[in-house]
Amino acid sequence: MSYQGKKSIPHITSDRLLIKGGRIINDDHSFYADIYLEDGLIKQIGENLIVPGGVKTIEANGRMVIPGGIDVNTYLQKPYQGMTAVDDFYQGTKAALAGGTTMIIDHVLPEPGSSLLTSFEKWHEAADTKSCCDYSLHVDITSWYDGIREELEILVQDKGVNSFQVYMAYKDLYQMSDSQLYEAFTFLKSLGAVILVHAENGDLIAQEQKRILEMGITGPEGHALSRPEELEAEAVFRAITIASRINCPVYITKVMSKSAADIIALARKKGPLVFGEPITASLGTDGTHYWSKNWAKAAAFVTSPPLSPDPTTPDHLNSLLACGDLQVTGSGHCPYSTAQKAIGKDNFTMIPEGVNGIEERMTVVWDKAVATGKMDESQFVAVTSTNAAKIFNLYPRKGRIAVGSDADVVIWDPDKVKTITAKSHKSAVEYNIFEGMECHGAPLVVISQGKIVFEDGNLHVNKGMGRFIPRKPFPEYLYQRIKIRNKVGELQGVSRGMYDGPVYEIPAMPKYATPAPSTKSSPAKNQPPPIRNLHQSNFSLSGAQIDDNNPRRTGHRIVAPPGGRSNITSLG
Amino acid sequence: MSARRAEPLPGSSASRGAGSPRPRQQRGGMFCSVADAFDSKTLDLASLRRRPDGSRSAPDLPPAPDPDLTPAPAPAPAPAPDVAPPPRSPGAAGDLPGGCEQSDQLLIKGGKIVNDDQSFYADIFVEDGLIKQIGEDLLVPAGVRTVDAGGQLVVPGGLDAHTRLRAPGTSPADDLHRGTKAALAGGTTMIIDHVLPEPGATLAAACERWRDSARRQACCDYALHLDLPRWHESLAEELRALAKDKGVNSFLVFMAYKDKLQCTDAQMYEIFSIIRDLGAIAQVHAENGDIIDEEQKRLLELGITGPEGHVLSRPEEVEAEAVYRAITIAKQANCPLYVTKIMSKGAADVLAQAKRKGAVVYGEPITASLGTDGSHYWSKNWAKAAAFVTSPPISPDPTTSDHLTSLLACGDLQVTSSAHCVFTTAQKAVGKDNFTLIPEGTNGVEERMSVIWEKCVVSGKMDENDFVAVTSTNAAKIFNCYPRKGRIAVGSDADLVLWNPKAMKIISAKTHNSNAEYNIFEGLECHGAPSVVISQGRVVLEEGSLFVTPGSGRFIPRKTFPDFVYKRIKARNRLAEVHGVPRGLYDGPVHDAAVAAAPRTAPCSGKGQALAVRNLHRSGFSLSGSQADDHIARRTAQKIIAPPGGRSTITSLS
Repeated sequence: MSYQGKKSIPHITSDRLLIKGGRIINDDHSFYADIYLEDGLIKQIGENLIVPGGVKTIEANGRMVIPGGIDVNTYLQKPYQGMTAVDDFYQGTKAALAGGTTMIIDHVLPEPGSSLLTSFEKWHEAADTKSCCDYSLHVDITSWYDGIREELEILVQDKGVNSFQVYMAYKDLYQMSDSQLYEAFTFLKSLGAVILVHAENGDLIAQEQKRILEMGITGPEGHALSRPEELEAEAVFRAITIASRINCPVYITKVMSKSAADIIALARKKGPLVFGEPITASLGTDGTHYWSKNWAKAAAFVTSPPLSPDPTTPDHLNSLLACGDLQVTGSGHCPYSTAQKAIGKDNFTMIPEGVNGIEERMTVVWDKAVATGKMDESQFVAVTSTNAAKIFNLYPRKGRIAVGSDADVVIWDPDKVKTITAKSHKSAVEYNIFEGMECHGAPLVVISQGKIVFEDGNLHVNKGMGRFIPRKPFPEYLYQRIKIRNKVGELQGVSRGMYDGPVYEIPAMPKYATPAPSTKSSPAKNQPPPIRNLHQSNFSLSGAQIDDNNPRRTGHRIVAPPGGRSNITSLG
Repeated sequence: MSARRAEPLPGSSASRGAGSPRPRQQRGGMFCSVADAFDSKTLDLASLRRRPDGSRSAPDLPPAPDPDLTPAPAPAPAPAPDVAPPPRSPGAAGDLPGGCEQSDQLLIKGGKIVNDDQSFYADIFVEDGLIKQIGEDLLVPAGVRTVDAGGQLVVPGGLDAHTRLRAPGTSPADDLHRGTKAALAGGTTMIIDHVLPEPGATLAAACERWRDSARRQACCDYALHLDLPRWHESLAEELRALAKDKGVNSFLVFMAYKDKLQCTDAQMYEIFSIIRDLGAIAQVHAENGDIIDEEQKRLLELGITGPEGHVLSRPEEVEAEAVYRAITIAKQANCPLYVTKIMSKGAADVLAQAKRKGAVVYGEPITASLGTDGSHYWSKNWAKAAAFVTSPPISPDPTTSDHLTSLLACGDLQVTSSAHCVFTTAQKAVGKDNFTLIPEGTNGVEERMSVIWEKCVVSGKMDENDFVAVTSTNAAKIFNCYPRKGRIAVGSDADLVLWNPKAMKIISAKTHNSNAEYNIFEGLECHGAPSVVISQGRVVLEEGSLFVTPGSGRFIPRKTFPDFVYKRIKARNRLAEVHGVPRGLYDGPVHDAAVAAAPRTAPCSGKGQALAVRNLHRSGFSLSGSQADDHIARRTAQKIIAPPGGRSTITSLS
């Protein structure tokens, strides 16, 4: 990759590091050992390592050493009506590193109508110049157009993208019909990609939004009211049904409600390969704040699917995360400033969507799941990095402390108590949705690419030091099973003799008028252009008449012509 | 109605049964039993006392002796069996010509009356098509025809809530005559048929056409469901007219049959909202048409063209998914939902779970899903395999029937029907090279009661009261014809079945009353069968012989807002109001959105459809002069800083 070339210059000063006396935690077991890092890789693990002299040494003093976190869901350059979120790749990845996350996977969101490839290049360039930590990219499929197959193939084969998100919400914008989903899933499966789904029933949301606006509710509470959790659960159910028909893995982004999580848990028990990703917001807070009297605060919580107003939701999601029914945690980080959110001050449907969470993710999961005894440290590592690395085919380069892996390591202090507040966070946003939350567990030292980037509360980062991590298709964690199921599930017809009995003749039947514009084409495309095209007047002189559909005989025989019959016609 | 007595009847029964069917007055709501239903009924002889001149031709009442002599000894031992006009043309299990001379009084003695709540021994006196008395030692006119139940069960006649006996295009092999005849033979005395409007016809016209056919052909009482083939603007008015004036209060939408009948989610939401406001029942054919369409294409490409392709292309997840979605939409619209044809475990489980969460939803397994399984789709005999083709398909999982009957027994599913819609093998053979063309439908109207008895009662899953609930009472409550139908009570319609639990019958195409060559239950042994069927107070099945009259069936109009369904909905409507948060105005800075902001709401795709016929008055030609760049903001006035020719001195006076 051309972008990586400049990154391979060795940084002479601090590319050798020794971490002494730490307890290494992987997702399967933990042990005491020293770690020697060189050239951005883990070179040795063990006791009494033989290392070159003059190596910088970090004394871990028995604290935990864990693989750096992987945040699988961020939107650091999400466009909304010509503006982007306040945290760009620089600001966002700085916050990530401060929270112990050493890699992000960001979503490329092409505007409908623009091609996936050009959008990908745009994101890639922005991230390459700004990102402070390693990153990879998901590409969102916002419309299913001709020629998209070729682009997807290029992205998978040459560009190192192996995950694509489709939308079941945002009617007339990003939403895809079930037929399109089927088509897209089938194709993505053949490429060996991971299919991400934003699961909400867009049709019903549109109806509910209309109804709620008509009732005069315009504040952020309308956002939660118009997107009840049943609609999320319904879409999750549908996505799983479609995926299990095609026998492809499906990954539900942003699991925000109990019922959606339960559907995933139930489906997993029946066999389909489903993965669910709760985000920091759904694990750490709830949606009661939509009813806050403070508009700006209420608006800060607006994201889709919305946070559930049920206050028991975080507890339930953490339990499912602990037992393995949910596997991965993301942040959905996409904060907008209050001024940006205020675009929707008179209409909740126009509030740009997104919450913060990239910095708080590791801490919130530790506090809610490990500090409460729901999971142990190894499971913590699994849900914050290892599972994500396996699903997105980064393992064991990321998500594990092993010889040969990337030197993305975090020294974690389980006893450190920290209060989350907008005053001290690294994000540029004014409101932090976790404001005032007291969290146990925080990173002490964060090492990214073998360099210390966070120590004693201070960040040492350079803009653009993050590398793009290409990912290969057909991650074994998902596709091994798929391949076997493909073989097992082959269909065969019954060989019968020809039917030679009588066959009924069907009377001609007029067809029903197609009720809606054919679902084949995206509904967005059928919209009339906003400007009247004067050449497209539908005035016509072709003489179509209202009774054209009544059959007419071509010739009438006049039985009694006016003026009496002429003799000629009655010769016989 | 049968020929009616010319003379007025004396006493309390004088006004009863006169005139055409009249909607009954409800006493005390749906859940209250009919007043005095279980009291021992004795005629109030004082009121029956009449002028002693009584020169009546009909069997006389004794001139009422002493009211104190209460227990009148078994009313008129009656030479009944001989005197009672032997059902005309016995033996010939054929149809009767119009006029029916049968007496319309009937006494059923010695039966065990089974309702959905309790069973008890009592006699029933039937007159003018209604149940007039229930009790022991009834005082009845002498010479009344008596049916000796001899310890058999007397159950309310079955109500089959789903049949398709007429269709636009290829007519089913069993029409309204043949189908209702089969229904009566199986102990079903009322059907609710589905009206599928022809393309281009209005809904009301379609209903009229159906009623025209039924008026001539139907042998038992019937009502109509209406299928909504597509969404259109005036749907709300059409439905209102039907529900208010035509007695049709249940409407079916399709989630399958892509590009033909299928509705989008947004359309379903709108339709459900209309239905809720009308107080009608929303029914849904739940299968994901989009997925089916793709699967059908895939299977045909694989070269699978036989009936097994039908079931392979419509796996049960696709049914369960649609059931889940329909329930979600109905819950959003706060509309009661009735899912027709529950064919698979997955769909039934989804429904049962939704009930547990409080959704007002009803599920209807059909005879085929309760009595057989879909392994026959793989039969080497094409004609047999094709006979099983229906949608959703019968599940190939052989434990399905067991599971569905269990859910039926515990109340998670409530209603049974047959979805009877049979085609001859020649008609099915239209799809001999392509399973997607095989006309869909199976038999079951005749077998329904027996199959349920065999699978549920004989196996010990249900008692006889549950049997009555799932075969008639629940359906009557949901579709608002209770207690007229679905209950044995004074004042209810005299649709009764003498059920013989000891009878043994083997279902076979040789003996069934349908026109179909194949019976999908062929060879099924059923313990329990109707021995006598009484419809509108007349015996129509006795000793294996049918005596039916085409055209004798009446249309049963149904009112809106069935209490059984809508009491909860109404309460929830009141609760469901949402309120905004009163806040001060936001007065902070607002980001300048570059593009004119388009809200994320979208119009319902159902509206905004192009008209079929071009309206010439609606030419899009206009002279208003809108331009392609109209949307670019323009300043109204521009200050010219450097005008051509240099500044004039006037503007720079200072």
